[in-house]
Amino acid sequence: MGRIVLNRDKCKACYLCVDVCPNKVLQADETVNNIGYYPVKTDNSKTCIGCAMCARVCPDMAIEKVYR
Amino acid sequence: MKKEKELLKGNYAIAQAAVEAGCQSYFGYPITPQSEIGEYMSTIMPEKGRAYVAAESEVAAISMVLGAGSTGVKAMTSSSSCAVALMQEGLSFIAGDEIPCVLVSVMRAGPGLGYIYASQGDYYQTTKGGGNGDYKIVTYAPSSVQECIDLTYKCFHVSQKYRTPVCLLADGMLGQMMEPAVVGEYPYEEIDQSSWALDGAKDREPRFIASIERDQETLRKRVVKIFEKYKKILDNENVFEKYEIEGAKLVITAFGSIARIAKAAVKKARKNGLKVGLFRPVMLNPFPEKIVAEIAQKVDGILDIELNCGQMLQDIKASIAGAANIPVEFFGRPAGVMMTVEEIYKQIENVYRKMEEKQYGTACI
Amino acid sequence: MEQLVYKKPDSIKEDFKISFCPGCDHGVAVKLVAEVLDELGVREKTIGIASVGCSVFSYDFFNLDIVEAQHGRSMAVATGVKRSKPDKVVFTYQGDGDLASIGIAETIHAMARGEKITAICINNTTYGMTGGQAGPTTLIGQVTTTTTKGRCAELSGFPLKISELLKEIDGTAYVARVTLDNPKAIMNAKKCIKKAFEAQIKGLGTGFVEILATCPTNWKMTPQQAHERVRGEMSEVFVPGVYKDKVSEAL
Repeated sequence: MGRIVLNRDKCKACYLCVDVCPNKVLQADETVNNIGYYPVKTDNSKTCIGCAMCARVCPDMAIEKVYR
Repeated sequence: MKKEKELLKGNYAIAQAAVEAGCQSYFGYPITPQSEIGEYMSTIMPEKGRAYVAAESEVAAISMVLGAGSTGVKAMTSSSSCAVALMQEGLSFIAGDEIPCVLVSVMRAGPGLGYIYASQGDYYQTTKGGGNGDYKIVTYAPSSVQECIDLTYKCFHVSQKYRTPVCLLADGMLGQMMEPAVVGEYPYEEIDQSSWALDGAKDREPRFIASIERDQETLRKRVVKIFEKYKKILDNENVFEKYEIEGAKLVITAFGSIARIAKAAVKKARKNGLKVGLFRPVMLNPFPEKIVAEIAQKVDGILDIELNCGQMLQDIKASIAGAANIPVEFFGRPAGVMMTVEEIYKQIENVYRKMEEKQYGTACI
Repeated sequence: MEQLVYKKPDSIKEDFKISFCPGCDHGVAVKLVAEVLDELGVREKTIGIASVGCSVFSYDFFNLDIVEAQHGRSMAVATGVKRSKPDKVVFTYQGDGDLASIGIAETIHAMARGEKITAICINNTTYGMTGGQAGPTTLIGQVTTTTTKGRCAELSGFPLKISELLKEIDGTAYVARVTLDNPKAIMNAKKCIKKAFEAQIKGLGTGFVEILATCPTNWKMTPQQAHERVRGEMSEVFVPGVYKDKVSEAL
C-alpha cells in the first residue's frame, strides 16, 4: 500500500503521471484548479503501491510526497 | 611595503596598486596599450593565491568579473577602446546587478582599431555607456602615474562602498609613461560585503543576484535606487582640481593626460598676465555639473581642451546651460597626436583675445 | 508503519513556483539537479548560474544562491565565481541556445581550462523562451518559426552535436547525453548529473550533461508526443550515452 500527497494547484495537467502509474490510480479531475488546469486526482478505488514514478516524472513537483 | 618613490610605468603602477588594494580576482585579454597590467597580474596573482584567468575574450573577461564580484571579492579587468566596447553588455548587467568591480580602460586612438596613441576618444564610451538601459559607470581620470595609483585605490573603494562598477580611465600616454611615484598603503577601510554576497545559502535564505525583474514597479524602484546612489557618489566621492580659478576671466576645462599640458600652458598664460585658470574634473561620471556651472557664472569664457573631437565639451555645455551665458570654445585633436604646451598656449591667447574683443569662432580641431 | 519514499528536495524552495509550460522537461531537470545537490550534501555551499532563456527564473524554485549571467556567458560567470571561491560548488543551468550558440566560446574555453564547474544543458532543438525559433540544435527538416519549411542544411547548416564536441576537450572530466522521457531514463539522468557534479567536487575537471528535453509548446505537441519525438528522431541524431567518464576511471 502507498499514498501520495498531491498539490492540485501546482498541477498543469500534462498527465505524464497518469501514463506511468502502474495501477492507474491517477486520472484527470473534472474541476479546474487555481491556475486554470484540470489537474490529476487519485482514484481511491485503485491501489497505490508507492512506487513514486508519478512524482519522478512530474515536471511541476505537484506530487510533493510519496509514502509506502 | 614600498614607501620610496620609484620610477614606474603607468600600467605597472595601476597593477601594483590593484594588488595592494586587495584585488582578489583579475580577468583580462591582452590589448595594447595596457597589456602590461595583465602580464603583471598573471605572475603576481597566483603567487599570492589570488585568481588570474587569461579570458578567451573581453566578453568573457567582464563576465568572469561579474561572477567574481557577485561573491563580494574585489574583482577587476583592464582593457582598451575596441575591447572595452565588447564589455558593454557585461557592464550594463553588473550595474543592474549592483555588483562592485573595477574596470581599467587605457584608451587607444580610434575609431575601430585605430592605434595605440594617446587619445581621449572613449570619454563617450565610458561616461555615456554602450550598454543598454539606465545606468552609469562611475569614472575617474588620472593625469599622472601617481594619480593612477591613488585613483585605483579610490576605484576599488567606491565600487565596494556603493556596489557599482567603477572605471579608471587612462590613456596610452599614461599607461606607457614612466615617472616617479609611490605605491603606498591602501588608505581605505575594508567594507564588509557579507550582507549580500553569494557564498552558499547556509543558515540563511538563498540570495539571487540579477538584473531581471518581472514586476514593473519593483523594476522602476530598483533603477531609481541606483540613480540615488550616483547622486550620493557625486556628493561624497567627487574629485577635481581647480587651478588659478580665482579672478580668472577664461577657464580651461580638460581632463586626464592633456590636462597636465593644459596646466603648464595656463601657468605660462598667468606669467604673461592673462587671467586664465584651469578646471580639471577627475571624476568624469557622474559629471560635476554644479561646479562647472558655478565657475561659469564667474568667468567670461571657457575653453575646453580634449584629445578628441569634443566629447566632454557636451557635458560642459550642458552644465552651464541656464546658469551662465558665456561662450564655450573648443580646442581638440583626435587620433593621438599630443598637443604641446606652446600649441595650447597659442589657443589660450587666441581665445582670450577674441573674448576681450567679443568675437568668437567655432570649434577648432 | 508507512515510510516516506519521495519528497521535494531541500534544494527546491518551500514556496517554489515552476514557471515552465505544461509537460516541459525543464521541471524534471531542475528537480534532478536539486536532488543531486541534496544527496551530495552541498546545498549550503553551492552557487548556481542562471542563464538567459527559460532557465533564467531559477530563483523561483532553487533554494540556492544564484547569480544571473548575460545570455551565453554562464560558463564565464561560473569561472569568475569558482576562481574567487574555489571551495564552493558551482554549476550552470543553460539552454542549448545559450550554451552552444551565443555562448559556445565561453563553453569551450571554460572546459579547455578544465574549470571545476558543472554545466547542465537543456537541448530542446529550439529557442523556447522567444517563441520557438531555429537554434544550433534544430534538426534537419524541423519546422520552427524561422525555418517554416523545415530546416534545410543548404540554407542554415547542420545541428551541432554538443556532447560529441565537448568530449574532445581535454579539460572535460565527464560528458553525457541523457533523456527524461520515462522513469528509467530519469533515474539514469540523475546518475549522470551526480557524476558531473562529482567531476567538479573531485577536482577532475568540468562535468557536463546534455539533456534531450521537450518543448511541447513550441513543438506544438502534447507532452506525450514530445517524448515520442525525443525517443525517435532526436535520439537518432543526438545519441544518448556517456561520452566521457574520468569520474569512474578515477575510482
